[in-house]
Amino acid sequence: MQNNEVYKDINEDLKWAQINKDVLKSMENPRKGYWISVAVCLFLISFAVVGEVYQYNVGMGAANLNWPHMWDLYIATFIFWIGMSHAGTLLSAILHIMNADWRKPIYRFAEAMTTFSLMTAGLFPMIHLGRLWNMYWVLPYLTDRGIWPNFRSPLVWDAFAISTYLTSSALFLFIGMIPDLAICRDNARGWRKKLYTALSLGWRGDDRQWRNFRRTYLIMACFLIPLAVSVHSIVSSDFAMSIMPGWAVTSFPPYFVAGALYSGCAAIITLFILLRYYFRWEEYMTIAILEKTAKLTFAIAMVWTYLNLIEFASVWYGHSAADKEVLLAKFFGPYAPFFWGMIFCGSVVPFALAFEKLRRHLPTMMVVSILLNLGMWLERWMIVTPTLSLSYHPIAHDVMWPSWVQWFIVAGSFGWFGLLFLVFVKVFPSVSMYECKEMVLHRRELANKEISPVMANNPGGGAPATGVSSKSPGVEGS
Amino acid sequence: MKKCRILGLFGNFDDAFAAIGDFKNKKVDGITVDDVTFLSPIEHPDIDDVLGPRPSVIPKVTLCGAAFGITFGFLFLASAQSNFLIQPQGGKPVVPLPSNIVLTYEMMILFSVLFTVVAFLITTRLFRKRKSLYSEKVGIDQVAIEFEVDEKYIDPIKGVFKDNHAVEVREEVQS
Repeated sequence: MQNNEVYKDINEDLKWAQINKDVLKSMENPRKGYWISVAVCLFLISFAVVGEVYQYNVGMGAANLNWPHMWDLYIATFIFWIGMSHAGTLLSAILHIMNADWRKPIYRFAEAMTTFSLMTAGLFPMIHLGRLWNMYWVLPYLTDRGIWPNFRSPLVWDAFAISTYLTSSALFLFIGMIPDLAICRDNARGWRKKLYTALSLGWRGDDRQWRNFRRTYLIMACFLIPLAVSVHSIVSSDFAMSIMPGWAVTSFPPYFVAGALYSGCAAIITLFILLRYYFRWEEYMTIAILEKTAKLTFAIAMVWTYLNLIEFASVWYGHSAADKEVLLAKFFGPYAPFFWGMIFCGSVVPFALAFEKLRRHLPTMMVVSILLNLGMWLERWMIVTPTLSLSYHPIAHDVMWPSWVQWFIVAGSFGWFGLLFLVFVKVFPSVSMYECKEMVLHRRELANKEISPVMANNPGGGAPATGVSSKSPGVEGS
Repeated sequence: MKKCRILGLFGNFDDAFAAIGDFKNKKVDGITVDDVTFLSPIEHPDIDDVLGPRPSVIPKVTLCGAAFGITFGFLFLASAQSNFLIQPQGGKPVVPLPSNIVLTYEMMILFSVLFTVVAFLITTRLFRKRKSLYSEKVGIDQVAIEFEVDEKYIDPIKGVFKDNHAVEVREEVQS
């Protein structure tokens, strides 16, 4: 007999009441590994605090940020986190529109990833500026100074696009959670009861609410997809619209978007495995769903690899000596180990996903997903730094390595993201209860069609109702 | 005549849909399918066929949001740029269309989403005080049919619920 978990996205015999019970239990009772991860995140955040306090007191020179290296790990990591945020859009919005119902048990945490990645990314431009208190200058508001930001600059477009994306993705996450928050409200006590009562907004699951909920969710999904594409295209414009060698590349927008989806998918695999372990989600985050995510990641990895090669080819066959010099410096210069590391992690390692045996082996998938994300982080670094080392000014030809301050702050960003994410999955349902019920119903209907049409549409999974009724006049229903 | 609320809980969709079918077939004079409020843990794919079409204004509001976003976005940028006289434009247009198109696009999406969410909150009547006949079982694995009707309809409705195997019937007289 074959293992159920391996071959099914979800077990269609799962009772609806059991789904509620499992999800609600997960919010109270994680494994020890969860608390260890929280401690690791806090530890990493303390690194960032030390780095930032030192940089704040000593100045940006402490981070080795000086002309021509004004952008370095901070901006590379900013792009990395923006890219990571595309995970939620891909799993939640694109697959929702495509009716891929295997996404249902895992889309909630992917949406949360989107919101928290954006919140993490948003820190880096501020840290990079040095003068944190002047960050609001980028926002377009009328002041008595009469100064507006330069609307022609892609950096201002970034501010518009990222704030729109953060607002929309946070609303998308929240709206999608309302039915589950109502279930939490009905079962919680103490501060959780108050929190869920406020956030569920009085949801009771009537047909009017469901109808409007579905439309709202679909419309938001439709808007989120072009928004996600525009956000990373605009981030790529920070580079592509300059005249720097290695940056003024027309394929940058699709290259960035593919890279974003790629790193998002890889991060989903990492968090999938961690959450499955922390909260004992074996019934919901099944190997079959992991396999599908892995296949999707592999496909996107190949698109990313193709776009990488296209970029190299267009530089190689172009006539810009400066561009070619930057490319050769990436291949053979001081940054070559990191460049080849990126190629290995981003283009070679994903071939592990082509093997069924490896796709089903959780430790291997964990290592592979971390390597993929390492590759994607290196990609962003290799976009930013080599070009700044070899710009058109020979006086600016310089190799620069980030100082400990930058490394500390970058490490801290992972802790910050991790902490936000871990708090979220502990306080809110990280698996969508109502979507899992829909999935179970759908799968059961499909299975029952082959057996007997009579048994279909039995939502509780138990025997049909016996007709027992009771009268409770004037009594509070709950 | 006093207004009453009555709620029938069913163990599965089939029984609930059968009860709605009875109301559709005028088994209770004066009650139609339009009076039915159907509560469920999920939105059943067949619910629109059972209850009949019930239009939603949300797509129209979204369209208004998009139109507002485009208009406001462009006018906001253009007015800001027209008033930004401190920095010389160096021969470039005061209102640059290419960059404004990008920003207007973002504003269109932002306002579409915001309008959609506001429309959702209003049309679903989420902020209303919860009706007392709410059953937590609807959040788990049961479905319910609710009516708000005159007192004289309560017994016939209850009869239909029982005929269709309702697992529980609750009623409340409004004060």
